[in-house]
Amino acid sequence: MSPTTPPPASGTIDWSALRADFPILHQQVHGQPLIYLDNAATSQKPRAVLEALRLYYERDNANVHRGIHELSNRATTAFEAARTRAAQFINARSADEIIFTRGTTEGINLVAQAWGSKNVKAGDTILLTEMEHHSNIVPWQLLAERTGAKLAYLPITGDIGLLDLARLDEQLGSGVKLLALTHISNSLGTINPVADICARARKRGITTLVDAAQSAGHRPIDVQEIGCDFLALSGHKMCGPTGIGILYGRQETLETMPPYQGGGEMILNVDFQRSTWKQPPHRFEAGTPDISGAVGLHAAMDYLDQIGRHNIARHDQELGAYAYAALSRLKDGIRLFGPHIGRAGLVSFLLKDVHAHDVVTVADQRGVALRGGHHCNQPLMRKLGVESTARASFYFYNTTAEIDRFVEVLGEIQKFFGA
Amino acid sequence: MFDDLSDLYQQVILDHCKKPRNFHELTGATSSAQGHNPLCGDQLKLYLAMDGELVKDISFQGSGCCISKASASLLTEAVKGKTREQVQKIFEQVHEMVMTGRVVGDVGKLAVFAGVYKFPARVKCAILAWHAVMAALKGDGQPVSTENEQS
Repeated sequence: MSPTTPPPASGTIDWSALRADFPILHQQVHGQPLIYLDNAATSQKPRAVLEALRLYYERDNANVHRGIHELSNRATTAFEAARTRAAQFINARSADEIIFTRGTTEGINLVAQAWGSKNVKAGDTILLTEMEHHSNIVPWQLLAERTGAKLAYLPITGDIGLLDLARLDEQLGSGVKLLALTHISNSLGTINPVADICARARKRGITTLVDAAQSAGHRPIDVQEIGCDFLALSGHKMCGPTGIGILYGRQETLETMPPYQGGGEMILNVDFQRSTWKQPPHRFEAGTPDISGAVGLHAAMDYLDQIGRHNIARHDQELGAYAYAALSRLKDGIRLFGPHIGRAGLVSFLLKDVHAHDVVTVADQRGVALRGGHHCNQPLMRKLGVESTARASFYFYNTTAEIDRFVEVLGEIQKFFGA
Repeated sequence: MFDDLSDLYQQVILDHCKKPRNFHELTGATSSAQGHNPLCGDQLKLYLAMDGELVKDISFQGSGCCISKASASLLTEAVKGKTREQVQKIFEQVHEMVMTGRVVGDVGKLAVFAGVYKFPARVKCAILAWHAVMAALKGDGQPVSTENEQS
């Protein structure tokens, strides 16, 4: 099926049959069938992606651009085809708005350095939210240190973890240069109304960045509809390889930005004393890029669109709601974080009197892969008054039977620790 | 039902994690040290009351997982009444044991941690309190973090 074939209607998808596409899922861990519920950290890779990587290295591998020979032409074509595909995947106006990065973190750092150094001055404010991942906090702290800018945070509303949007207009007031926020919270499962938020910021001339690490492979992304200036995502959380990501930037904004790193691939002309650079996006891609990563990401985008991202979004929410309801039945013994309804496919929780790491260790012995800790959300954890949470995060290849087993294991853990 | 976990969570560990001993601030402490595991947010504070070379009293406070709490609790029992030199020796024995599973000499009740080495992610939980007690014995007041140690 080509990516242009319309995806099937969601009712016709046999979700558990898709598991056959993921070789890694079919194994035992500690003598138990693997139940992989750590998808917010990284997703597993379908055979189509593994095969694309293998074929690239077996047939086409060479360095890109400026090559005259056949293999270099093929590698360049494949690399640039991935860029075009990425533009289509997020509905950018042009492939020139797509910069390949190592992942979301590098995308945000690129904006903080290249855009930030030119546009942020002492006394300016960078507005973030209390649910940001460290990767959307620390780059701005470094920028603030360099420039004398201030950081401000839009608060969340307690354990249900919604942004306090009633405060937004007031906080978008004086001196805010940039609003950077996450599309989906990696520890709360909150889905933020980014289009509405970006519209409110844009009306005041504030630049916006959306962290789409958790949303990109889970729902349709349309940067024109969101109306953001920048959007960053990671390939490995959406069936692609590790080490490749995308930064989208509005063309007119990218054109005003100085380079991020210097090196080969990004220059027009180099003299001993000074150099001139290429136009975006190549200006921001110094050095040999992750060519195979881009090829793998291309295959991942095709794979996801064959299923249909709106189908994946619906299925995600069904799994999230199913898990949330099942965990709620554990009653007093559990504290749940994030919204009651309209959540993404992940749940964060704490069992009464059992530390998250003990939960994760015991679950692992049952073959259930969870994550416990601060999830790179230390400020959020402090706000919630906890040190850590345990988290189960789903993808389309997870089943309700797996969630049943996961909840059953939690019951065993409660019994084991006598909570 | 939990045979595979009994290596890590032995009854003694479960008991000490649910009912930690010497779990309070120590009035008359001569030194203290903080231990921090940034990976899980575990924080503990260890108090020492020294009488010359002798650990006259010891206590701890804080929060953490079952392994780190039980380790701190059992540590306070093992170390009370020992000399500085003896504590150093026990530290080395515990360190060897949680890293490799080898029990060298008589470690008493602390032998319950011999299974921890099979759970590499949890070694830091077991060793945190021991780094804190060594820091408190040195008395330089520097907090210890599992991320700055070779564990």
